[in-house]
Amino acid sequence: MSVRTLPLLFLNLGGEMLYILDQRLRAQNIPGDKARKVLNDIISTMFNRKFMEELFKPQELYSKKALRTIYERLAHASIMKLNQASMDKLYDLMTMAFKYQVLLCPRPKDVLLVTFNHLDTIKGFIRDSPTILQQVDETFRQLIEIYGGLSAGEFQLIRQTLLIFFQDLHIRVSMFLKDKVQNNNGRFVLPVSGPVPCGTELPGLIRMFNNKGEEVKRIEFKHGGNYVCAPKEGSFELYGERVLKLGTNMYSVNRPVETHMSGSSKNLASWTQESIAPNPLAKEELNFLARLMGGMEIKKPSGPEPGFRLNLFTSDEEEEQAALTRPEELSYEVINIQATQDQQRNEELARIMGEFEITEQPSPSISKGDDLLAMMDEL
Amino acid sequence: MVAADLEGLHEPAVRRADLGLRVHWCVLPFRVLLVLTSHRGIQMYESDGSTMVYWHALDSGDATPVQAVFARGIAASGHFICVGTWSGRVLVFDIPAKGPNIVLSEELAGHQTPITDIATEPAQGQDCVADMVTADDSGLLCVWRSEPVFTLLTCIPGFGVPCPSVQLWQGIIAAGYGNGQVHLYEATTGNLHVQINAHARAISALDLAPDVGKLLSAAEDTFVHIWKLSRSPESSYIEAAPLL
Repeated sequence: MSVRTLPLLFLNLGGEMLYILDQRLRAQNIPGDKARKVLNDIISTMFNRKFMEELFKPQELYSKKALRTIYERLAHASIMKLNQASMDKLYDLMTMAFKYQVLLCPRPKDVLLVTFNHLDTIKGFIRDSPTILQQVDETFRQLIEIYGGLSAGEFQLIRQTLLIFFQDLHIRVSMFLKDKVQNNNGRFVLPVSGPVPCGTELPGLIRMFNNKGEEVKRIEFKHGGNYVCAPKEGSFELYGERVLKLGTNMYSVNRPVETHMSGSSKNLASWTQESIAPNPLAKEELNFLARLMGGMEIKKPSGPEPGFRLNLFTSDEEEEQAALTRPEELSYEVINIQATQDQQRNEELARIMGEFEITEQPSPSISKGDDLLAMMDEL
Repeated sequence: MVAADLEGLHEPAVRRADLGLRVHWCVLPFRVLLVLTSHRGIQMYESDGSTMVYWHALDSGDATPVQAVFARGIAASGHFICVGTWSGRVLVFDIPAKGPNIVLSEELAGHQTPITDIATEPAQGQDCVADMVTADDSGLLCVWRSEPVFTLLTCIPGFGVPCPSVQLWQGIIAAGYGNGQVHLYEATTGNLHVQINAHARAISALDLAPDVGKLLSAAEDTFVHIWKLSRSPESSYIEAAPLL
């Protein structure tokens, strides 16, 4: 497994999350200044220096469940609140979108261009906030420094690590189904037409050479696909045309953001199986989460800013329905933070943040790992 | 047929969601062993999978924190089993006719980047004939002779893309590359004789039917192709023709 995969996974999933939230904020007619505040808060939490430092340390990928906890925290970094059903749907959409992008990357290295597409659009969301812009640029430079020099073989390993993470995820996304890039069984359609990747020749030719390297014979054959020459290569610099469209905002045209929840019991069932299977890495995952969350600075709101709830479904009834069909095992004991009572909320947040710091608590019988497990159970 | 099912593995040494779990039947003169590689090490089982006869833990001593440590690439050569590693070293294990007294007899140097695949074929009965090819992430191919000792005969440089799969047949090296090409080289000279623009995406695997000289290539472009390998009657240069 590549130990350099986590930053790419996190930033791309985060980018998709922001695209979806941006679209839902507009669809729900949330006032412009509130919407901007939500996005600014989430982005500035995501690109916080301490958080990024932890993220970029060489480490293995952890489970989808562990990662989902991070995004749930991120989504609640501002005055917006999401119910469990909406959070589920958000995470489903995020993961399927990035899975699609990774699968369709022409070359393994192109996952970096996908990341840059996400970052370019994120910079567009916060173009009026120079401090946050600086944070994002800093991360951009770090990406270029670390990934710019990796070989094709190392990118292939990263690609495989990502695909293993997404294995067996076949949630149907209505937009993908409509565009016919996903089949009814949840599998993505791999195109056999279009441009070949940069550095690849058009298939269909056999050349034969003698001992001196001179061509002595050639045969052309029908390949079966319908490919055209590669376009020019996208830019891997801080600014530049990326050429590749994967990773750009596919929600920018006002399209309804739905997942097909019919047949969802099958989807959620496979989700559940993985979630409740005893995970030998549970302790390591919790340590990782604790470190990452420790680096997350959740801003205290200035003044009595009233919060609001975002719904990922098209109606409240749909959201309630989805909540009912959620398997029991997936329900976390979540503290319901009432956004209207700011005093209480600040105290609650401070308490949660405090709990995530690893403190040496005297416990005669249980180990530190069990402490963290107990803490997570209490949440 | 062996299917590597990650869910079913409960060996403490093999982690769940392990990458690069490769499996290979190694046919040796007096026994068949099932060999598994992973990021922890190398396991060898009796051919019915009943007993593990040998476990080799990978030495990650030289690895920097950013390097992935794993074994990849398995082939049998005479009474040896060769396994590639992340460092480019090829481990050579001496296998007795029966029993678990397997010994790591040497480490072959020749590659600087992780090994992707190893191919062998029985020596054709002549002297100085190449009977093993190793490939790596940089696309470099090393050509070896195993008798009387493992000797590096020649190297075929890469060109910036990994070589995920390699086959050896009657002195012909078939190599599949990350840019979708299949190359055929003369093993004795290392000269390129055939270049096939076979696929629009990276080649995942090559397989060869030795009795009929047919080569199969599978790639991430969803296509599988079959090629007929032969030698020109006049010049005896390697040739290839598309079959499927």
